[in-house]
Amino acid sequence: MTALKLAVVAAGLSQPSSTRLLADRLADATVDRLRLQGVDAEVTVLELRDLAQDVTNNLLTGYPSPKLETALAAVTGADGLIAVTPIFTTSYSGLFKSFIDVIDPTALADLPVLLGATGGTERHSLAIDYAMRPLFTYLHANPLTTGVYAASADWGSSETGLADRIERAGADLAAAMAGSERSSRVVDPFALPQGFSPVGGFGAQ
Amino acid sequence: MQFGIFTVSDVTTDPTDDTTPTEGERIKALVTIAKKAEEVGLDVFALGEHHNPPFVSSSPTTMLGYIAAQTTDLILSTSTTLITTNDPVKIAEDYAMLQHLADGRVDLMMGRGNTGPVYPWFGKDIRDGIPLAIENYALLHRLWTEEYVDWEGKYRTPLQGFQSTPRPLDGVPPFVWHGSIRSPEIAEQAAYYGDGFFANNIFWPKEHYMKLIAFYRQRFEHYGHGTADQAIVGLGGQAFMRTNSQDAKAEFRPYFDNAPVYGHGPSMEDFTEQTPLTVGSPQEVIDRYAGMREHFGDYQRQLFLMDHAGLPLKTVLEQLDILGEEVVPVLRKEFAVNRPATVPDAPTHASLVARRDAALAQAPLESAEVK
Repeated sequence: MTALKLAVVAAGLSQPSSTRLLADRLADATVDRLRLQGVDAEVTVLELRDLAQDVTNNLLTGYPSPKLETALAAVTGADGLIAVTPIFTTSYSGLFKSFIDVIDPTALADLPVLLGATGGTERHSLAIDYAMRPLFTYLHANPLTTGVYAASADWGSSETGLADRIERAGADLAAAMAGSERSSRVVDPFALPQGFSPVGGFGAQ
Repeated sequence: MQFGIFTVSDVTTDPTDDTTPTEGERIKALVTIAKKAEEVGLDVFALGEHHNPPFVSSSPTTMLGYIAAQTTDLILSTSTTLITTNDPVKIAEDYAMLQHLADGRVDLMMGRGNTGPVYPWFGKDIRDGIPLAIENYALLHRLWTEEYVDWEGKYRTPLQGFQSTPRPLDGVPPFVWHGSIRSPEIAEQAAYYGDGFFANNIFWPKEHYMKLIAFYRQRFEHYGHGTADQAIVGLGGQAFMRTNSQDAKAEFRPYFDNAPVYGHGPSMEDFTEQTPLTVGSPQEVIDRYAGMREHFGDYQRQLFLMDHAGLPLKTVLEQLDILGEEVVPVLRKEFAVNRPATVPDAPTHASLVARRDAALAQAPLESAEVK
């Protein structure tokens, strides 16, 4: 059986970033769980910082650079997505949203998405549910019920349960990805809408 | 193979001296540019249609008629005519009139417009963009090919026994191109009618258009208009040239960096690599465009965008001199090398009249055979 494809998007702006740290932990948890089920996973990690200029250029010109096109294909053709953003001024970061904005709005349909977010304090943990979740719901992706928020304090204590939340989220995503054929689908970019007629029923009479 | 220029008629501030032409100056400049195109031996001048500033070309047939009166060989075309928001009856009438005045030196390119609000301004809904293009063109095609038309569609008031006037010159309508950036529906429409397909590829990478044009060619053959390599394909292009390549880059860079469409985005180097824009010596432009048919197959029309982003008229005219005198003559030779004899030229009024006459001469024989 070919490996399932797992895309990981980390929108942290610094390097290293706690956003990337959380993304990696979530990816490891998912891959471990898939392996327990006898499934291999091929992981592609995208740090949006590396794509920031390409994303801006795509917004301005309407087409992706070759580098960004490869990144977009990794996300849209995945069997599962881990999306992690820092929370800035109550919501996902602008870079994160800009990246989502250059994805074809139909291209994330049915994609299981594990939502993750980071922030200075746990006060903004609901941003996962009021900001990130509607975004992916609108795109007809499949955002999983478990989202993982990591505040700065979580990285210094085992009592806040971050490790458990990561384990649970990884298990959820692994379950949602199991049996996925998403990454092996062939999309015809020139498929005409069903029932399309080049004369609209108004041919010569 | 036809070579020409197309313009969007933008009034843009020159970023190097902060001057902006008036609408009147820009309108007169467009006429000067069109006449220059004929003078330097180009085949086609195509004019956009827009209904919002900073564009001045809201009334293409007025300008094209004025240019027709001052030229003798130049083919006048559009880039594009809004098939979505114009009444197809008015398009039929306006362009048939222009066709008569220009002695057949007219074709047009259908498009859907570049700004969302143009739909509501003309009482339409942008979500109907494709259905409008399909239905309106179906009516336009009938108005030009049938004498009296009974019509009932979704988007305009019905017609009973309506005859558009004047009738097309010699009973042969202007050739139609369908322009598209990404919609397979429009490629399908062009293929269905055996019309031309113009892929305006100047702002996007070639890989996308290679696939879109291949799709149109395949559907052209499917609908029985000829083999795929006989489909009528047009492409856009963009160049800025100086004898010395570095001079071209230095002079064009401020225009590139501030251009309305791609300014403040990718670097000029990235953009020239990813799109057909070529900034350099005439030989570099020749090399780039001579290679186009390797990607898209032998094609019929190559239009260049030469007069945007605030370039002063004087510079544009210099560019047209270089294009017409140094680049296009070489490209004509290059494109003729190994071009199969079965690949047609772009249809002209004369070739369409000849084709119609040949079909008429054939028709009685065929009906006799049936008996």
